[in-house]
Amino acid sequence: MNTLIAIAGLGIVCLIAEIFNLRKAIVPVTIIGLMAILGLTVNDYFGLGLDSANTERTEAFYNNMIVNNSYAMAFTGLFIVLTIFLVALTPEFHKNHKAKLSDFVAIKLFLLAGAVAMVSFGNLAMFFLGIEVLSIALYVLAASEPKNIKSNEAGMKYFLMGAFASGILLFGIALIYGATGSFDNTAIYAAVLTGNLPGWFFMGIVMLSIGLLFKIAAVPFHFWAPDVYQGSPALTTATMSTLAKVAAMAAFFKLMSNLNHTVPGAYITIIIIVSILSMTVGNLMALKQDSVKRMLAFSGISHAGFMLMVFLNPMVMKGVLLYYAAAYALAGIAAFAVILYVTSGKENEDVYQFNGLGKTNPLMAAVLTCSLLSMAGIPIFSGFFGKFFLFENVLENGFVYVVIAGVINSIISVGYYFKLILAMYNKDATGEAVKVPVSYSIVAVAAILLNLAIGLYPDAVLHLIK
Amino acid sequence: MDVSFILITLLFGAAATYFVGDKWASRAALIFSTAAFAATLYVIYRYNLGEGVSYAHKWISNPRVILGFQADGMSLSMVLLTTALTPIIVLTSFGNLFPKSRAFYALILFMAFAMAGTFLAVDGMVYYIFWELSLIPIYFIALRWGSGDAETRKKDVVKFFIYTFAGSLFMLVAFIYLYTKAGDFLDIHLYNIQLSKTEELLIFLCFFLAYAIKIPVIPFHTWQANVYQKAPAAGTMLLSGIMLKMALYSIVRWQLPIAPNAANEYKYFFIALCVAGVIYGSVLALKQTNLKKLLAYSSLAHVGLIAAGAYTLTLDGLRGAFLQMIAHGFVVVGLFYAAEIISRRYGTEEISEMGGIRIQAAKFASMFMILVMASVALPTTFNFIGEFELLYSLAQANIWLAVLGGTTIILGAFYMLRMFQQVMLGDKGGKVFADVTFGEGFTFIIIIAILIFFGLYPKPIIDFLTPALQKVLLNINPIN
Repeated sequence: MNTLIAIAGLGIVCLIAEIFNLRKAIVPVTIIGLMAILGLTVNDYFGLGLDSANTERTEAFYNNMIVNNSYAMAFTGLFIVLTIFLVALTPEFHKNHKAKLSDFVAIKLFLLAGAVAMVSFGNLAMFFLGIEVLSIALYVLAASEPKNIKSNEAGMKYFLMGAFASGILLFGIALIYGATGSFDNTAIYAAVLTGNLPGWFFMGIVMLSIGLLFKIAAVPFHFWAPDVYQGSPALTTATMSTLAKVAAMAAFFKLMSNLNHTVPGAYITIIIIVSILSMTVGNLMALKQDSVKRMLAFSGISHAGFMLMVFLNPMVMKGVLLYYAAAYALAGIAAFAVILYVTSGKENEDVYQFNGLGKTNPLMAAVLTCSLLSMAGIPIFSGFFGKFFLFENVLENGFVYVVIAGVINSIISVGYYFKLILAMYNKDATGEAVKVPVSYSIVAVAAILLNLAIGLYPDAVLHLIK
Repeated sequence: MDVSFILITLLFGAAATYFVGDKWASRAALIFSTAAFAATLYVIYRYNLGEGVSYAHKWISNPRVILGFQADGMSLSMVLLTTALTPIIVLTSFGNLFPKSRAFYALILFMAFAMAGTFLAVDGMVYYIFWELSLIPIYFIALRWGSGDAETRKKDVVKFFIYTFAGSLFMLVAFIYLYTKAGDFLDIHLYNIQLSKTEELLIFLCFFLAYAIKIPVIPFHTWQANVYQKAPAAGTMLLSGIMLKMALYSIVRWQLPIAPNAANEYKYFFIALCVAGVIYGSVLALKQTNLKKLLAYSSLAHVGLIAAGAYTLTLDGLRGAFLQMIAHGFVVVGLFYAAEIISRRYGTEEISEMGGIRIQAAKFASMFMILVMASVALPTTFNFIGEFELLYSLAQANIWLAVLGGTTIILGAFYMLRMFQQVMLGDKGGKVFADVTFGEGFTFIIIIAILIFFGLYPKPIIDFLTPALQKVLLNINPIN
């Protein structure tokens, strides 16, 4: 609870700082503030005694609006780390719009507040508030380059599609309320346990699922993603494909393991189909892309498909979801830090812009290579372990064909990740080498080192969630 | 000091080589690879005294993965091959002035690290990680420092990567499936799982896919010749000298003991496939006009015979496979080095454009002759011992297989000697060829000395290998 208030407070401090002409202090203060909030989260985690406990412990606030447990706090920690990286990238990226810096930082903080609410809700009202705060922040960020027609298009598309999804989501919540008489998670859970629920409860579940599948851009609700990713400013794309996607996935998982405790077989079948479709369509489409942003959008769709596998054994795979999300998001941040550097001042983000990066800037090329190898699932990077844990748990539950689909998709994905690597190392540079901004290189290196670190010590992340 | 020390030396050496800079990189790489070789010798010395040199440490608790490295005759002999060849490979690159040489040498050491880890790993997951890890450095070595047109090279190298990666992923699935039965990845636990017939066959095939692509066994060999030709000489040596041995070693270490019944039941099919590769490689080698491609196809024939020997499931077959792996590792590195020297001086890889070397460089020609003789398994060379045991094991399985496999020696003698004739003999015809320098001669002498010494006195290696192989055989043939 404190975390959420502190994040929102920090966002307001940012806006006030602009009024008092303290622009230079905004980013450092925000980063230090976020680190302090991360400390607060860790403190809460220890306060509940979760570090030594083997079972989940919870603490509820404000009439069960917000519930702190290991799941909520572990994901909150991940979101805060990702936001620190994103905020650190902000001043350099928006260096031509210095006057709006406070807005960009504050919006990211509010986005974080939304994400935190999405994983620590105890009440569907709070959940909906969280997802709306996150989405509205993203609509604004997507359209944050008013003079760029593509950014306008992206913002508009995202807003229309997102608003539509929110409507469906809300309708789902209303149906669930109608079926159980409550917005409260525990009350709904109790109602589910009694077993006699009207049919529209399941309609509600399906509508909630559709809304969230839209947010994580799973096939067949993925059509907005490539256009929006490509049109948005690159930093917004980074935010969407890392923080927003992971937050939506975590919320989806929490919601379904709470509400749909006794997952009916038909639902599992749907999830399997969506998962295999997302992996396959995402990877096949990514093969054909020239724009790196579009490619990563499709790769993000396929990763959403991979993450959906956790629904096959929700009780055990919470930790795996956290691990996969962390591995994917950290690799994404590192990749985007390099992409921001390479594409700054260029008119597009096509693969040829990366030609010769291995010669002009070996460090950034190495970071991008590592992050792509991580996403492709090549050991020792954490992306490999994420896939390994997923496959292991899924296979243990007997879904061999899902694993086979995952394996085939891993092979396909090598094709497009390596397209970028080849461009960096096997082609000659087209332009002059530009100096890397310090903030970009720090974020890129820090993110990839974190990725490697959780690859070397998977236990540290896997067991955060009890 | 246990086996992990070898790995640490190589890994640290890779980092140090990168950081000392381009000027000193080659020397740093030589020092660290020699240090790793010395460490290996010391570990073997301690192992022979009966001291514990294995290493185990708990790594991931769920799923259970143990960071374990095991020393026995099999793994140590292969690690010795790796760490002995690495300094030689580094030495052979001294004549090349590579751009960014620090990255090049660091990648060689890193690759040696990954391969040594593959040979030592006792936990299936750790093994898999090292197995995949070895793919990344060779990919970059072949891609960045290779020869020929960049576009076609890119295609060939990516094909190689995707091929091997695809095969390995099926092995990963097999490992995970075994884990769900055994509860961990330790090799002895995996050996003891009871599997149904279909399960065993599927697992056997998953492993086979990974190994057949890497060895390569036909019909999975299409990546090989192009990559061998286009990779820089050091990359080709790493690939042919050590990396494909990873797959041959893994057959004995993992595939056969995990799925022994499938191995016994379908033994003739797999032997036949490998022998077909032997003949196919030999016939294609006859037709080659490019020196490196000729060596690549002759290598295809030799490793086919090794794999066939391993699939006979007899002590002779397994031992022959290991002896021949070591012998072939040294010979192939020597031959590719000679090819590299010729192409450096003549600026061509086409056999028809060569000739006239013996008149100008007698020392080089005689050393090349010895390597050619070793390659065709002339008695007194180490290769003879290995090839003899392999053919003997094939004869135990079926005499006709041995006859077919034996054609490799006849065909091999034919195309290798013809190649020698065309490359070395004849008039010089205006082409200038300087004789070997001290460094080059030194490298050749080491290789030749090893080949002839163990050709005359193979007992130490045979004694070292046999107990470990007998132990594995107990898991493969429970009845014997």
